[in-house]
Amino acid sequence: MQVDFSNNYFELFELPVQYVVSQDHLDTRFRSLQRYLHPDKFASASDAERRWSMQAASFVNEAYQALSKPLSRASYLLSLHGISLDEETDTQMSPMFLMEQMELREALGDAPDAADPYAALDKISAQLNNGRRDSESAFTSAANNADWTEARTVVRQWQFLEKLNSEVQAQEARLDDAL
Amino acid sequence: MAYSDKVLDHYENPRNVGVLDKDDPNVGTGMVGAPACGDVMRLQIKVSEDGVVEDAKFKTYGCGSAIASSSLVTEMVKGKTLDEVAAIKNSEIVEELALPPVKIHCSVLAEDAIAAAIADIKAKREEQSTVKASA
Repeated sequence: MQVDFSNNYFELFELPVQYVVSQDHLDTRFRSLQRYLHPDKFASASDAERRWSMQAASFVNEAYQALSKPLSRASYLLSLHGISLDEETDTQMSPMFLMEQMELREALGDAPDAADPYAALDKISAQLNNGRRDSESAFTSAANNADWTEARTVVRQWQFLEKLNSEVQAQEARLDDAL
Repeated sequence: MAYSDKVLDHYENPRNVGVLDKDDPNVGTGMVGAPACGDVMRLQIKVSEDGVVEDAKFKTYGCGSAIASSSLVTEMVKGKTLDEVAAIKNSEIVEELALPPVKIHCSVLAEDAIAAAIADIKAKREEQSTVKASA
């Protein structure tokens, strides 16, 4: 088994360079790479080989993380096509989308004071989950059509949904703590 | 990460939080977002007939630096002409708030929000003058 640092993540995992991947395949290949690179196997190896194995293991981990999560896999695929998200410099987004985001954040802010805070959070979660599902299918079809401009727009919006989703979960945890 | 005293001051006592009527012909609204952190910023300016900013309001969902940047900007724009407002650069915000390099994009967000608000009010005024001209 070889770990070639010039491979992209898909190649490393013996997958076609496309958004849809088999999680089973990803997991199986990850486990076999981990076994191959296990520190025990390099216990009596030279310093150079040990260093190589550690670098390879961190390369494999990085690749696995990037390919396992839908949003990061989409972002990575964009980067392979030379598309930058400009996530810190390009602040222009659809006003309609930003308006919805603002409303969702207002709803999240109001949730703790609602008569049933959990129900309020569930409502936001449901909306976010729909949005994330829509993002995934919109990205899949944009990528299939090689429409990278559209794919970039989808990913940039998707990032807001994931961020807000983690804030909803944090809020839920705070409610649990207060019980 | 440690925030500067000025960021904390704007964060704890944000100036001019609120909303102006976006359908008011004298109000320009700018909405921008930063995908990196999921921040959303709305900045509104109320502009007199002769092009001076009379009032400014903002609402920002984001980190302390993003809130402080937009709060500061609402203070900076009041009393200025649209041209003066358009000349505001994010580096002034960075300097005033002593933002660290990782937070510079928050000031970019505020600068872009101003630009979007100016573009909105200019588009409204142009539309009005076209309506007047054709009437």
